[in-house]
Amino acid sequence: MEETLKIVVLVKHVPDAQFDRHITGPGNTTDRDESILSELDEYALEAALQLAEERGGPKAGNEVIALSMGPSGAVNAVKKSLQIGAYSGVHLSDDALAGSDAAATSLALAAAIRHISADGRPVDLVLTGMASTDGETSLIPAQLAERLSFPQVTFASSLEVAAGQVSARRDAGAFSETVEAQLPAVVSVTDQINEPRYPNFKGILAAKKKKIASLSLADIGVDASQVGLAGSWTVVESAEARPPRTAGTIITDDGDAGIKLVDFLAAQKLL
Amino acid sequence: MANALVFIDNPGAALKKSSLELLTIARSLGETAVAFTGELNDDVAATLGAYGATTVYLPSAEDLDNYLVGPKAAYLAAAVQSSGATAVLLDNSPEGKEIAGRLGIKLNAGVITDVVGVEADGTAHKSVLAGSYNTTAKATTPVTVLSVKANNVEPSPVGAAAAPATATVEVPAGAITNSARIAARTEKPVSGRPDLSEARIVVAGGRGVDGDFSPVEELADALGAAVGASRAATDAGWIGHDAQVGQTGVTVSPQLYISAGISGAIQQKAGMQTSKVIVAINKDAESPVFEIADYGIIGDLFKVLPQATAEIKKRKG
Repeated sequence: MEETLKIVVLVKHVPDAQFDRHITGPGNTTDRDESILSELDEYALEAALQLAEERGGPKAGNEVIALSMGPSGAVNAVKKSLQIGAYSGVHLSDDALAGSDAAATSLALAAAIRHISADGRPVDLVLTGMASTDGETSLIPAQLAERLSFPQVTFASSLEVAAGQVSARRDAGAFSETVEAQLPAVVSVTDQINEPRYPNFKGILAAKKKKIASLSLADIGVDASQVGLAGSWTVVESAEARPPRTAGTIITDDGDAGIKLVDFLAAQKLL
Repeated sequence: MANALVFIDNPGAALKKSSLELLTIARSLGETAVAFTGELNDDVAATLGAYGATTVYLPSAEDLDNYLVGPKAAYLAAAVQSSGATAVLLDNSPEGKEIAGRLGIKLNAGVITDVVGVEADGTAHKSVLAGSYNTTAKATTPVTVLSVKANNVEPSPVGAAAAPATATVEVPAGAITNSARIAARTEKPVSGRPDLSEARIVVAGGRGVDGDFSPVEELADALGAAVGASRAATDAGWIGHDAQVGQTGVTVSPQLYISAGISGAIQQKAGMQTSKVIVAINKDAESPVFEIADYGIIGDLFKVLPQATAEIKKRKG
């Protein structure tokens, strides 16, 4: 049997991309009503569950902890993760966190991960999705690795852990790469890595008995001035809804639409 | 003292257009220097000079390319300190963004990604929430780090070019500890087409191509365009995942995007709706893509695309 793992999966509660999303909050922040677990985080959770199950699951001493930072509603991302299969959850929430940019978010998450490491055994692996589906900056895995001094293995399309080492395949522009790093590590995974499972009835019932720890900034030793709009190093000065694209000319092919298309391109000076 | 520092990572024999764009933006911010990795040949050095770089910094270590992100960020942080730059510009590739992110933590500097325009005072313009909002953002720190998307400025050289000076930057000891090592690297087959994220024109196919991308590829080649695809087409295995345009693939913003046999669901729209001109061809008149198309053709892509390809070839002679 492989050595057991303590894995933290970062899960974010994001506005559902199927609906219109709006920037209406203080400091030009996103409206978070109608939010769901970020779809791309489900791949990270699935990867964590597979690694833990290969090693005998919770009975053998593996841990899969879903960690979310966000206002009270963000606990729903943790609950959903527990229904899918995470073993326990942590919700980092504090009014002072509102409006944190990536740098401030990574500071708070790094402190939360240190806190989780101090509770029992140290964390072996931090797993994340390839981006959030709202901010879409993909900065958090890299900034978290920098703050924790962990190696970063990002955009993994496959992942193996053995003998205290992570091995992953990734696409990097013109190259395919195989990368290796020592644990503990931060790993982000793409939507190519697996097929995430859905929560089933048994999972939904079982989730009710799973533990969710609530952490505040004081619990993780972070001062309010280090996070939120006050602690961020960037400020969003303005946000304007882009006028929706309007439909242009629509034609039905009568046998010469290809020629008409070229006429259109020529008129637009695109040839 | 330089004001702006452009990171150019291992360009090979010639600089990419996106690097020339970064240099053009950097000049609008002040005196420009370059932090370079890889082999600096004479042609590349001359081009850097022609685009206004006065100093090119080179790393003391040559093995930066064997590790993911961390050591390059450490080198770049040292180059920022040597140059005294207050603005750092990187390309918006996944690695460019991650180097920017780690650099920001090292320097206590605000990082703004996905930038489409920069004002002289460092204010950055970007498009967020899948192109539904335009925002302006600014770093509140002494140094600003920006990763800039391709195709947003026209590269322009300076009038009088001078060869830039070179200077070596000491890569901090320990930069490679706690970094992932690249154990193997294989080059993907080269298509001969422009890079999807940088192309001026993109022709993309979806479910409607039903396994046959040849009409899409032939039109792309007639236009000198890159080939893209919807998630449905890449998931079906008709074309490589690299070609996927959308929320979990490449985000493109070309002058012209031709969408063939793609319905235009939210995940695809997120990747292309900031294109300047959108053309859509689809059999289904109800496809959402027609709501955002400047020119829509309700018809069979297997008839329309080959006819357009032949007409373009005829006109180009």
